[in-house]
Amino acid sequence: MKALRRFLDKIKPNFEPGGKFAPLQSVFEGFESFLFVPATTSKSGVHIHDSIDSKRTMTVVIIALLPALLFGMYNVGYQHYLAIGELATTSFWTIFLYGFLAVLPKILVSYIVGLGIEFIGAQLRHHEIQEGFLVSGMLIPMIVPIDTPLWMIAIATAFAVIFAKEVFGGTGMNIFNVALVTRAFLFFAYPSKMSGDNVFVRTGDTFGLGAGNVVDGFSGATPLGQVATNVGDELVLRNIVGEPLSTLDYFIGLIPGSIGETSTLAILIGAVILLVTGIASWRIIFSVFAGGLLTAWVCTLVDPSVYAAALLSPIDQVCLGGFAFAAVFMATDPVTAARTKTGKYIYGFLVGAMAIIIRVFNTGYPEGAMLAVLFMNAFAPLIDHYVVEANIKRRMKRVNNTK
Amino acid sequence: MANVVKLKSGLNLRLEGTAVPNVVKTIVSDTVAIVPDNFHGIVPKVVVKPGDAVKVGSAVMYDKNHPEVQFVSPVSGEVVAVERGERRKVMKIVIKNDKKDEAVNFDKVSSAVEVKQLLLQAGMWAYIKQRPYDVIADPEVEPRDIFVTAFDNAPLAPTLAYDMLAGDDAKAFDKGLEALALLTQGKVYVGVEPESKVKVPAGIEMVAFKGNFPACNAGVQAHNIAPVNKGETIWTINALDVVVMGRLLIEGRVDMMRTVAVTGSEVASPAYVKALPGTPVADILKGNLIEADYARRVVSGNVLTGVNVSIEGYLGAYHSHVTVIPEGNDTHDFLGWAMPGCNALTTSRTFLSRWLPGRNRKPDARIHGGERAIIMSEEYDRVFPMDILPEYLVKAVIAFDIDRMEQLGIYEVAPEDFAACEFVDTSKLPLQDIIRKGLDALRKEMN
Repeated sequence: MKALRRFLDKIKPNFEPGGKFAPLQSVFEGFESFLFVPATTSKSGVHIHDSIDSKRTMTVVIIALLPALLFGMYNVGYQHYLAIGELATTSFWTIFLYGFLAVLPKILVSYIVGLGIEFIGAQLRHHEIQEGFLVSGMLIPMIVPIDTPLWMIAIATAFAVIFAKEVFGGTGMNIFNVALVTRAFLFFAYPSKMSGDNVFVRTGDTFGLGAGNVVDGFSGATPLGQVATNVGDELVLRNIVGEPLSTLDYFIGLIPGSIGETSTLAILIGAVILLVTGIASWRIIFSVFAGGLLTAWVCTLVDPSVYAAALLSPIDQVCLGGFAFAAVFMATDPVTAARTKTGKYIYGFLVGAMAIIIRVFNTGYPEGAMLAVLFMNAFAPLIDHYVVEANIKRRMKRVNNTK
Repeated sequence: MANVVKLKSGLNLRLEGTAVPNVVKTIVSDTVAIVPDNFHGIVPKVVVKPGDAVKVGSAVMYDKNHPEVQFVSPVSGEVVAVERGERRKVMKIVIKNDKKDEAVNFDKVSSAVEVKQLLLQAGMWAYIKQRPYDVIADPEVEPRDIFVTAFDNAPLAPTLAYDMLAGDDAKAFDKGLEALALLTQGKVYVGVEPESKVKVPAGIEMVAFKGNFPACNAGVQAHNIAPVNKGETIWTINALDVVVMGRLLIEGRVDMMRTVAVTGSEVASPAYVKALPGTPVADILKGNLIEADYARRVVSGNVLTGVNVSIEGYLGAYHSHVTVIPEGNDTHDFLGWAMPGCNALTTSRTFLSRWLPGRNRKPDARIHGGERAIIMSEEYDRVFPMDILPEYLVKAVIAFDIDRMEQLGIYEVAPEDFAACEFVDTSKLPLQDIIRKGLDALRKEMN
């Protein structure tokens, strides 16, 4: 480590203003602070600081995302080999490798495009590189279907980083969750590659691996896609080869869907990591689920021949689609969520309620969880405003009482 | 026992180097210095010049805006230097101690007017601070109430000095409180710990606070007893300074001697000493620092609210505490964001140290990260025991939106109330500095 430190100290002057590589100063500092915690000491105020910094915070979120990501990779392979009828004859590692190879390019594209823009932005403004995109860059590949083309992801990521984040001033200043803006951009610009029956299961090969033809009776429709097109008073959700699914299947997550979103189990492992470390707000996660379950229960009372989703039990509703993922990883983004204690309960509850309402009553959108979070992002400052006003009113009342 | 206020939010840090509770010696140094920067919010006008003889209690400077507020010498001897910095700002007045301890004799007084006059004249007014703005009190404004803080639960706090309020210093403390009671139509509140043995004279209200730092802060105590509203003024004063006032009223002479905790991981044997404000910290620490080849930080006060005075500095006028910690500017932790952090000083459960049995930590002065926009929410609330929304107040101060600052409670707070927030802040913002500058700008705007 000492040698590395010496090397960095040696090359550092080249990156300072006037040095050979001065235009790369932000990038150099980014890498330096990535390798070594900066040794800057406090100039004013407290003389000791908590060891936590935003890098570590972001790292914890990425660790929490890993169970869902790894499961998502396996599931991509699983759905593929199920579709071509070779599941029983393929080993676990081959299945995982297929999914890994299919997902990896998406992760790379998201990071390269997003971080590239961040690096340029930081250098232009002579800022430090901020680590917010480390999480966004991981979220983006997890909330898209496996067959969304890479170039679309690149364009959407660039759009989101520039117009949802950098123009507002970078990490901590954005109003809308960057990953969700990416998804919304894809959803509205390229709907055919973000929804429907043909994008959630990869039927072709990946880098030559897993070639084959789909079995008879294959349908790539996600469970919620099937709900949206269901007719009649009965609902039986099936997997891609026509076998009926149970609540346990929705919970485990070996079903078609966006890469990281299918397994409620893996997402809950992530939730435990976030809550145990205290990074995510339990208030938000709790109230999103509360809002979702309650609204889903109310929705079971509506006419199922008009709104087929009414046939889903509240538990099924929160296990299916992106609900759990949105509750744990999207709604809890501290920058775009409500920031006051009371505000968080309201915000979370409305995210959950809105997600189910979109799902049930808008048959054009089989899934509403992500849109619900985005929608509530816009309302979070309003919710906080009223909580802050209440605090101010208490203070003003005190003045009147003493007079 | 008085009524007990329980405060849930707060910060409890266990650091290495707590002072053993016995006084080992009295430090008598050859020089002392009066540093005008200790007294926030005044414009110093020096009335002595090098060569002048001074006694204990002789005025050396006054506040230009309130000439009646005098600042006095803690020793007798000769003024050797009046050092000035940029734009002729007075940096310090250095006095050579002749060790004869000759003192100015003041009359013993009893009426409210006389007491006030005496406190102003004998340099005691400096100890009285006011909210709003957290500056030395304006003598022309009568306070609604007076809040005396009689404990300290900051890291490595000088608890022995506060224990003495119920022992050696009890008489002077009582006398000081009685004098303060003359100066307000309202009440004098004394904030203590629930297990405190401190007793107060009749007519003085005692309130116990159960909770971690910053429960010992005057702002927190006042907020939970009777908050300051716009247009009101309260005075805040530390009990240890009330003792100095009491001594003056009993003996008719100034005696600023303080019981000072010498603490921190760099101190060889942490203990208490007796010392005057303005004593060079080098004299206080002489022979009591561990061997080291790295840089160290000497703080007058505690590590959260104190002042970095360096080894050339002096014990602050309000401080009963010196802390020495490693500077840490040559420590480079490899991949710190990914390490388990078994020895990290933190309140975050992302470090293993939070899950291991509590041990005393040995922090240095590093910030441990880069400054960011406020990202995490509710962080400040965990350590801010007031019904104020700290994050919104800080943002209003940064924007200097006066209406908003007033609405969110700027008049109730002092920079020290944000010390715990500043410690836990993931975004590493200099909150005390932000609040200090905000209060100063607001004061300017309002007057």
